[in-house]
Amino acid sequence: MRADLKIIEQWVKPESSVLDVGCGDGTLLQHLQENKQVNGYGLEISASNITSCIEKDVNVLEQNVDVKGLSNFQSNRFDTVIMTQALQALRQPDVMLEEMLRLGKECIVTFPNFAYWRTRAYLMRKGRMPISKALPYTWYNTPNIHLCTFKDFEELCVQKNIHILDRTVVDKEHQDRWFIHMWPNMLGEIAIYRVTR
Amino acid sequence: MPETLPIDSVGLVTPQTLHFDQPLTLQCGKVLPEYDLVYETYGELNSSASNAILICHALSGHHHAAGYHSTSEKKPGWWDSCIGPGKPIDTSRFFVVSLNNLGGCHGSTGPTSINPATKTQYGPEFPVVTVKDWIVSQARLADKLGVTKWSAVIGGSLGGMQALQWSIDYPQRIGNAVIIASTPKLTAQNIAFNEVARKAITSDPAFHEGRYFEHNTIPQKGLMLARMVGHITYLSDAAMGEKFGRDMRNKAFKFGYDVEFEVESYLNYQGERFSENFDANTYLLMTRALDYFDPAKEYEGLLENALKKALCKFMVISFSTDWRFSPERSEILVDELVKAGKKVSYTEIDAPHGHDAFLIPTPRYMDVFTAFMNRIAKEFC
Repeated sequence: MRADLKIIEQWVKPESSVLDVGCGDGTLLQHLQENKQVNGYGLEISASNITSCIEKDVNVLEQNVDVKGLSNFQSNRFDTVIMTQALQALRQPDVMLEEMLRLGKECIVTFPNFAYWRTRAYLMRKGRMPISKALPYTWYNTPNIHLCTFKDFEELCVQKNIHILDRTVVDKEHQDRWFIHMWPNMLGEIAIYRVTR
Repeated sequence: MPETLPIDSVGLVTPQTLHFDQPLTLQCGKVLPEYDLVYETYGELNSSASNAILICHALSGHHHAAGYHSTSEKKPGWWDSCIGPGKPIDTSRFFVVSLNNLGGCHGSTGPTSINPATKTQYGPEFPVVTVKDWIVSQARLADKLGVTKWSAVIGGSLGGMQALQWSIDYPQRIGNAVIIASTPKLTAQNIAFNEVARKAITSDPAFHEGRYFEHNTIPQKGLMLARMVGHITYLSDAAMGEKFGRDMRNKAFKFGYDVEFEVESYLNYQGERFSENFDANTYLLMTRALDYFDPAKEYEGLLENALKKALCKFMVISFSTDWRFSPERSEILVDELVKAGKKVSYTEIDAPHGHDAFLIPTPRYMDVFTAFMNRIAKEFC
């Protein structure tokens, strides 16, 4: 299991209700169902991912949240709303964050840090949009239309009165390394935040 | 039937009939003193009777869902694309039961049956049966077949409504509900189309207030019109465009009102064929059962509350170009299932065929359907 998913698992309470927005092939929800007995739902748009979720006995709903939003869900319906590696690909990530906090008592979000030192170095050296394992696209075909840095995200949280409960950073192998925490905005490649209202 | 039977066909099947002596009190208050149900089965019931699946049919459907009745039958059952060895509803693992509902005209007791009280055809005297009534009759059929719990109840359109009603009325007796191209209740537009169909039938001079059989006639023109208007709602604009476009039987206009466009010819043919094989009173009854379906009605209109009793898992499937029961209708049901905290998966299949897409084995539809059925097989077979 990916290290970032392990970290998320630690933050999810047993037998709680979970919504995973952009749940992929259902790996995380399956894990949470088996180890934390959560009552979970995933939202997904990819056909092959939806089939994978069904094979895993994960509740999956086909819903394009970028178009439809999350207005069909009741306020405070979930204990935790999770979004891994998708916030930066949405048209209105700020609105989505608020919507996720309307549905869930807590939210866990992960996203790539654009201020990671290698990304900075790439832009500095080549003068071109950075391409890496975490950001493998060219500027014209990238789904990541709203990239941000840790500082940017935290600034947004301040503006919107969102409280950061936990924050951790991992490298591109999703490994947690001690030195990253010394200067996360420079050394962290992927951010994992737990936030609440 | 093709000369050599495809390996994924259930092969030759023979319908069976069960007689029920126990009177059935219907939702309308009337009582059916006795009745027959005709059904087919595919596959074998296992020793623990845990692998049974009920197939529920749609408006004009019947018990013949898969395989062939004889070597001379041209087309297989109506859902042969999904039922058979290796197909989503895999008959090498599941015991599949498909019946003709009460009020039908394919062998189960309905308007064309003899009323034991009068020794004549029921005709218009046959009581209006509802989806809820069907579920009760299906539960009695399950009892007789030795099935205490269906591993799944599956249906498209009106069939999906029956699967939904099962989950609410007999929560202990259903493991999974597969609800395809369906809706938790009809919209005003849906009811309006049904009313046009009914009016077409009842205004046919040959209808004789539903007693056409006493006059040795049938309201064929009315039934044909009803089917034509229904058929339009089963297809998408794109599917009709693809199939017929503005093609004409002759190149030049005839400046008259006979059939000239291919789409006219097709609709007339479909309507005519249907009107020869379907009972008008049954058509009225089936459309009414559609109109009345609304499981939330008993729960102050709150579907969430109706669904709270359900214990099964749900799979809801819609089709992008279905405008009869559009994806939005399925999504309303899914939202209520989530509110009620039920286990549910939902997918909208991108398919061009309109409402009829639920009968057509498009690859992605088959993939998700198979994945869900495999999971059921793991748990129940």
